[in-house]
Amino acid sequence: MEVSSAEAALSVSASSIRITDVTQDGDVLTFALTSQKLDSSAGVCVFRIYEDFDWLQQSLFSQENLPGLQGIIFPPLPSKALPSQSNTQTKALKQLGFLALGQDWQSYCKALEFYLQQVAAHPTLCKCKALDSFLFNSESPGKQRGRKGIFNRLSQAVEEMRKESHKDVDNFFQNERNKNTNLAALSKVATEKLLDVVMTEQKLALACGHFSTSLHLCVNQDDASAVAFSKVCLKLSDVIEAVKRNLEKVASNNLSTLGLGLDLESRYQEAEKEMLFRRTCKLIELETVKKGTEKAKANKREVLEAFQKAVEKEFNLISSVAKQEIERFHSSHVNVLKNFLIGWCEVQLNTAKEFAELYSQHLEACRNMYSE
Amino acid sequence: MAEEREPPPLPGVPEPQDAEDLFVSAASAMEDAERSLSPEDISSSSNGPKAEPMLLDHDPDDLFAEATEEVSLDSPERQMILSDGPSPAITPVTINPRADVFDRSPDQDEDEEENRDTFDIQISVSDPEKVGDGMNAYMAYKVTTKTSLSIFSRDEVCVKRRFSDFLGLHSKLASKYMHIGYIVPPAPEKSIVGQRLGRRSSAVTELDPDAKACLCCRYLLRTVKQPALLKDPDVLQFLESSELPRAVSTQALSGAGILRMVNKAADAVNKMTIKMNESDAWFEEKQQQFENLDVQLRKLHASVESLVFHRKELSVNTASFAKSAAMLGNSEDHTALSRALSQLAEVEEKIDQLHQDQACADFYLISELLGDYVRLITAVKGVFDQRMKTWAKCQDAQVMLQRKREAEAKLQHANKPDKLQQAKDEIREWEGKVQQGERDFEQISKNIRREVGRFEKDRVKDFRVVIIKYLESLVHTQQQLIKYWEAFLPEAKAIA
Repeated sequence: MEVSSAEAALSVSASSIRITDVTQDGDVLTFALTSQKLDSSAGVCVFRIYEDFDWLQQSLFSQENLPGLQGIIFPPLPSKALPSQSNTQTKALKQLGFLALGQDWQSYCKALEFYLQQVAAHPTLCKCKALDSFLFNSESPGKQRGRKGIFNRLSQAVEEMRKESHKDVDNFFQNERNKNTNLAALSKVATEKLLDVVMTEQKLALACGHFSTSLHLCVNQDDASAVAFSKVCLKLSDVIEAVKRNLEKVASNNLSTLGLGLDLESRYQEAEKEMLFRRTCKLIELETVKKGTEKAKANKREVLEAFQKAVEKEFNLISSVAKQEIERFHSSHVNVLKNFLIGWCEVQLNTAKEFAELYSQHLEACRNMYSE
Repeated sequence: MAEEREPPPLPGVPEPQDAEDLFVSAASAMEDAERSLSPEDISSSSNGPKAEPMLLDHDPDDLFAEATEEVSLDSPERQMILSDGPSPAITPVTINPRADVFDRSPDQDEDEEENRDTFDIQISVSDPEKVGDGMNAYMAYKVTTKTSLSIFSRDEVCVKRRFSDFLGLHSKLASKYMHIGYIVPPAPEKSIVGQRLGRRSSAVTELDPDAKACLCCRYLLRTVKQPALLKDPDVLQFLESSELPRAVSTQALSGAGILRMVNKAADAVNKMTIKMNESDAWFEEKQQQFENLDVQLRKLHASVESLVFHRKELSVNTASFAKSAAMLGNSEDHTALSRALSQLAEVEEKIDQLHQDQACADFYLISELLGDYVRLITAVKGVFDQRMKTWAKCQDAQVMLQRKREAEAKLQHANKPDKLQQAKDEIREWEGKVQQGERDFEQISKNIRREVGRFEKDRVKDFRVVIIKYLESLVHTQQQLIKYWEAFLPEAKAIA
């Protein structure tokens, strides 16, 4: 993650935040977290469970005396992972997508790591005390519950849908909402399609494994020609085994780079959507109040006007924060995707080179063997 | 350069028995005799071939072995249907199913015999096209034969054949050669009953025309690889003559298929009732080996079919992802990112193409090879069964002879001179049959031994060729991938 100049005001170095380990105990995953304060060279290690992350997120949502809080695009927190045996892979995939794949929750940990880095790198959110206690308190802060956020996630209620398409007063925001709706949908689809590709790659690798094993079982030492044939089968078995490893590597590359990146992008677009929706709701509230004020009788009017002024002030504040956030989001999302694309390309290129070499070796060996 | 092989004589024309032409005349005489037997009635002829079977004992074994060498698959370097150069450079590869995958060229390393014809024949089956319409429509294939062999009248010949012609050819060859122990390549017929993900494999009538053409091509190549079959006039006629009499019995494929199934069932019953005293352990061992091999190959074939299926699925998913990435790129405002995403989509499309090519290689190289061998094993097992039938015939003849002798003894006692003569004649007749039966049995046993040896050698060669071709396709794919990724990297890095 990039280090922005705002970090100078922080106590923690965003890029130092790492999830170094994860252990599973039944249904509960415990994450080992290390980070470094800017003014010290020593790392601090704490242990957290998902509920702690959730507490952090809720704390961020419910900060008081922060003007325009609703205009902030909150870094998206991945859903809770349910590692129990009763949870089939299809369920896990539906819930977490790419983050459910990979070994030992690697992708999931990476996603949590990104989340924390983004919170720490955010100019406003990094100042939240909750972040400090989350990162550095040896005791898990999640024990203090009860501070529910002031807003919930977007629901699919029909009423919400209607609000979502409410026309904006500002062209900039109307454009942004349209684009965001489009991009959120497209990146979700792209993520799902890539997930399909990775799943198929894994299935294909499995099929190669079966074939390779079957070939291995064709060994027969009865006579000279059977021995010769067995050797050929074993050779083919080796080749297919290499193909299997190749596919596994390609799938894992896809997963750990582009897959992760698209997943993050997709969830971030959703986060922006939520922010825009909050602003739209505020707009609707403002317009409702305005209408109310206009219709009010003279004696109530002053009170209502004052109220309207307050709402308007809030709305403008939200809009100005939102504008900044949107710009920040645009540039950072380009950078994030760039890094993921470069990483993806490099790792796939390496794998291709590695296996080109391996197959060539096999080919040479076969040609030499068979020309005798 | 003395030519050892002369074209087989026309049917009915007796060839002078010349020392040098011993083999040729023996073979042709044998063919003459076989042709005199009606195809449907091969096992009931009582007097057997007229030719001196002794001649066959002059061991054609050596000649056969040499012939096998000649016809053998080329050393792998020359087998590339892919690139021109010896090294796997980045060359465009198309696994063209129409080209003959098993290109036969002379193996020039073994040069034991002095007077050798360079064996050189290439066959390709291509350009499937629909002829006629409605109920009478059929697929016609172009069969091209390029050869320098003298038994062919021209260097290059091109004919049109329909699918039933192939089946007809097989039917004729099977009736001529199977009962003497030759492993006749199985007809390019019904696919083996594989277990593709629990379902039975579709019949070949459901194969696409290209795959069918490839199947027919491999069938022809296997057929001409056998020196005896190569000389067979039916084979020559099939490859050379522009018009071919319609193979009626195979016309209704379903009809012929049912007939074959009925015959198979009858054979199975016979097999159960024939309890053969196997004096030769070799046959017992080999039969067991082939049983095992059959099971193994079927399993492998099913495995590969699953592989091909998943690879095709991967291709579809990759294409789908490419589209979604393209749409994402189009909607992105940032120019460089938009371009990079579009490039990503292009790379994925190209990768999709690679997947399709690889699936083709999987199928045509490995899957079809295994399928061919499963069918071949059936032919091998058939030949073993023929041997059992021959033995049974011999036994029956002996039993008859015994009866005739007993009858004669009785007649002698009863003193009926007129019937006695008849009895003596019959005894002589059956003595002849017994002798013939024993000779037949010996001959078929000998032939089978030789054929099995040839089969096992070829099997190793075929698989080796396939491995090399498959590896070449893998190397090529990887090199293409490297190219694509290396082209994409700067695009990704250029995102400001």
